[in-house]
Amino acid sequence: MAPPERKSILLSFEKPLVELEARIAQIRELAEENDVDVSAQLRQLEARATHLRQEIFSNLTPAQRLQVARHPRRPSTLDYIQAITDDWLELHGDRGSGKDDPALVGGVARLEGRPVVILGHQKGRDTKDNVVRNFGMASPGGYRKAMRLMRHADRFSMPIITFIDTPGAYPGYEAEEMGQGEAIAYNLREMFGLTVPIVCTIIGEGGSGGALGIGVGDRLMMFEHSVYTVASPEACAAILWKDAGRSGEAAEALKITSWDLKQLGILDELLPEPVGGAHANPIQAADILKQALMEQITELSQLAPATLQQLRYQKYRQIGVFAEAA
Amino acid sequence: MSLFDWFANRRKSGPISEDRQEREIADGLWTKCEHCDVLTYTKDLRTNQWVCSDCGHHHRIFSDERIRQLIDANTWQPLDVHIQPQDPLKFKDRKGYGDRLRDTQAKTKLTDAVQTGLGTLDGLPVALGVMDFRFMGGSMGSVVGEKLTRMIERGTATSRPVIIVCASGGARMQEGMLSLMQMAKISGALQQHQAAKLLYMPVLTHPTTGGVTASFAMLGDIILAEPKATIGFAGRRVVEQTLREKLPDNFQTAEYLRDHGFVDAIVPRTQLKQTLAQLIRLHQPVAAPAVVDNHTPWANGLNAAEPTHIGVDL
Ligand SMILES: [Zn+2]
Ligand SMILES: [Zn+2]
Repeated sequence: MAPPERKSILLSFEKPLVELEARIAQIRELAEENDVDVSAQLRQLEARATHLRQEIFSNLTPAQRLQVARHPRRPSTLDYIQAITDDWLELHGDRGSGKDDPALVGGVARLEGRPVVILGHQKGRDTKDNVVRNFGMASPGGYRKAMRLMRHADRFSMPIITFIDTPGAYPGYEAEEMGQGEAIAYNLREMFGLTVPIVCTIIGEGGSGGALGIGVGDRLMMFEHSVYTVASPEACAAILWKDAGRSGEAAEALKITSWDLKQLGILDELLPEPVGGAHANPIQAADILKQALMEQITELSQLAPATLQQLRYQKYRQIGVFAEAA
Repeated sequence: MSLFDWFANRRKSGPISEDRQEREIADGLWTKCEHCDVLTYTKDLRTNQWVCSDCGHHHRIFSDERIRQLIDANTWQPLDVHIQPQDPLKFKDRKGYGDRLRDTQAKTKLTDAVQTGLGTLDGLPVALGVMDFRFMGGSMGSVVGEKLTRMIERGTATSRPVIIVCASGGARMQEGMLSLMQMAKISGALQQHQAAKLLYMPVLTHPTTGGVTASFAMLGDIILAEPKATIGFAGRRVVEQTLREKLPDNFQTAEYLRDHGFVDAIVPRTQLKQTLAQLIRLHQPVAAPAVVDNHTPWANGLNAAEPTHIGVDL
């Protein structure tokens, strides 16, 4: 599955890699034309390319990771759902606001034979789709639909899987009018009361309250190059540095990478990505995700509902760093 | 010299700063309303709970004053006063977070942006949290999250109603994701309080925004707000950018939220204590008549050992 428009969405730090790949292609072409055996050289160059890719992607700065997390070709919620489920039907609507939110999708599915409810933010796959999906920024109706589906899961004893991928909850006029704050707040509280296993995964961008609104669970997983932020580095730079241009520094200071979150005791499982990021090999990324989800759900399904609730509360109860003098 | 000249002279003597109100309390007999410019005896203003008697403007007040206004004298038991903020991310913007904390603590005499405790309100036991906007804009980090969570847990354990007076710009960015997670932590504690069928009432004061609005501010069984308080999730300027036109003047005011069904009632500060007491009393179960517990004469009719006596003790 060769990406046709790869060059147009090239990340700046991928440049040396792409140049090397172009050279390899050029040599291969020349060799074919002139019927020369260059396989030894090609093998050497390809090994160098692999090494270079590994090196680039294991040394990304937080700001570069943010670029990977926001990569337009990064697999989305619906991509993963299609790849990992045996059966899937999308369900629509929050039964109240009078319109369905395309930025937050959900439905019933079968995962290796087990019925589950899956829901997540949905970014567009191209510019046109992104307008329809509102760039993955959900409205109050989206969060209320999510809660409606989670209650459905609770009623039918189906584990809940959420995929988080949003720059943040939509900060629009209508969203405020319809109670964006209330919609998110309500989910935070109610998710503590659900009696089925909840596994949340940051598949791309975890933007603040908009991410947390479907992010309270028994397990939090995160792909290696995903980020999770209290505020977007751009907004943070504008507020704290009084200069939106210093978002690189903000990205560094905010500790937004999967490793940071692991260290802060927030993340339960870090999912490795294929070399070059999930977008370089979506099938492999989906396999990694599916495997991890199966393990978590199998483990959590053995716990009694009351135990599950209690452990979920304890998980969040212990997050925070402070000193307590006697 | 006229009173106005005297006031004007005082104003010239120094730059207008945010703690102007406090300076005037400290050395001035008079305070000028920032809304209608009318001068009021500071003592009278204080008696009127810092509400302008001319125009009804609610001056910003801080946690000590709020506790004084709501809690009965000599009943306040502060909780967790020894919890201190840390700098887990070694965060540095234009100033290091550690330095910022120390300076703010020295200036405000507060450990962080919330005070919590137990006390009685018009004789009714309550658990109360009061956010303080002076401390880094009332922002919510680990300390705010921990103190509110413990206070709510105490409320649940002792069957008390919980009241939180909100005033906050949102999550504290300097503690990164730890701050965001406090939203979940506090909401979890409120879930348990709610499951115990106890009453929770947030009071939204100016301003209540961001992560606080997207968590405990909006989770009240009953949500009260002070007149004209700014309440919203997204910042006004951000919303304006998505809209590309001017927002109505009342957008994100307490009145706007009430009209859209997200706030139950706007309560002037001078009536807040009595309104909270009234609401708590309205939610107290009716005391069961003693006779039902003692004799259960009609419970199932199988209690043959008990002599049947109908209506005698009633
Ligand atoms: Zn005034
Ligand atoms: Zn006035």
